[in-house]
Amino acid sequence: MASLKVYGKPYSANVTRVLTTLAEKNVDDYQIVPIDLLTGGNKTPEYLKLQPFGQIPAFQDGDFTLYESRAIARYISDKYEGQGTALSGKTEREKALVNQWLEVESQNYNPCAGKIVFECVFAQILEGRATNEAVVKEQLEKLGKILDVYEAQLTHHKYLAGDFFSLADLAHIPVTNNLINVAKKGELFSSRKHLNAWWEDISSRPSWQKVLQIIQAGQQQQ
Amino acid sequence: MTIKIYGVPYSTCTARVLATLAEKEVEDYELVPVDLSVGAHKKPEFLKMQPFGMIPVLQDSDLTIYESRAMARYISDKFESQGTPLFGKTAKDKALVNQWLEVESQNYNPCVSSIVYQLVFAPMHGRQGDETVVKQQLEKLEKVLDIYEAHLSKNKYLAGDFFSLADLSHIPYTFYLVNMAKKGDGITSRKHVSAWWEDISSRASWKTVTAKMNAKA
Repeated sequence: MASLKVYGKPYSANVTRVLTTLAEKNVDDYQIVPIDLLTGGNKTPEYLKLQPFGQIPAFQDGDFTLYESRAIARYISDKYEGQGTALSGKTEREKALVNQWLEVESQNYNPCAGKIVFECVFAQILEGRATNEAVVKEQLEKLGKILDVYEAQLTHHKYLAGDFFSLADLAHIPVTNNLINVAKKGELFSSRKHLNAWWEDISSRPSWQKVLQIIQAGQQQQ
Repeated sequence: MTIKIYGVPYSTCTARVLATLAEKEVEDYELVPVDLSVGAHKKPEFLKMQPFGMIPVLQDSDLTIYESRAMARYISDKFESQGTPLFGKTAKDKALVNQWLEVESQNYNPCVSSIVYQLVFAPMHGRQGDETVVKQQLEKLEKVLDIYEAHLSKNKYLAGDFFSLADLSHIPYTFYLVNMAKKGDGITSRKHVSAWWEDISSRASWKTVTAKMNAKA
């Protein structure tokens, strides 16, 4: 059986960040071990041994355990360097730009987009409370300014780090899917021409289409 | 010198980059000050380099890179053969360094930077800090530090028995938390976190950065 295991559930953007990376690297031989936040599967002593912060995903390659989806994605990208899409750039310069935009996603994009998605989609399910509209409004304003910078960048470059698809673009896909298709904030993208074209492009990739099927299959099981 | 760093030593994110340069024994660079008090980081010339209007920025000949953690990675890669190896030796070492760099980014830094902003940077810019935010973030930080304590009771450093970029990345904001915000109890009350903090903040690289901070004061 697969020596690669991804612990989590496909409704999680952090989990699908890892699944998309596996798909881009043409890695099929792995197992998803369901860990459900809704039933406290992430708080069991066994799971906390793998991921002491009680978050999903966790990842195992044989007896090697790793967590944090962006670190797992980097590990997969490195381990399977010789196959699938080259995700980290080929030159020193390209690598640096990929890392820069991975940090932009981490430090600027994800905190805003993640908060909007949490308020609009998960606050009720996970915390049993209504959406805090003031938080949503504040974060939408912040995100708008950030996306203006993305629009300017993507006016001159097909992808974030240059003319090649990379882990930096991939890292954005799951939360953007939640933002547009679940939280229904698509206007942020449809109102920005090049940003929208970039989104259409990266979300049409076979890797993401495959992960969408996994997400849908997961929803049907619940 | 081909490398320019745009920033100021008292900026935590600039300090992260300066500490990395010091660990890699790189002295041949120019630190170009950016006067935040006059909004230099929001002017058109600066925004051409860093469109989000933040310091620091790195220029190496015709390559411009921003985001301090990406800059640190670039320096670590470019000067791989000198100074401290910041990503360990093996593929697994590297993976664990990346894991703890993400823990810093996603779990540690949001709490600590929020506390430091409310208690140190907001007042510096004439704004009142929000005590409610500080209290909430300190509670969150306590839970995070419990996990660090358990981990550091079995490992000398975050990624294992070697100092790495993951440990380094924690230093600037933790320095501000302990010394300027005076909220270091969480660090100093935990035996192994405290020992780790003493160790990493005593490194020669960090001393060169604090010397620069003090020189500019």
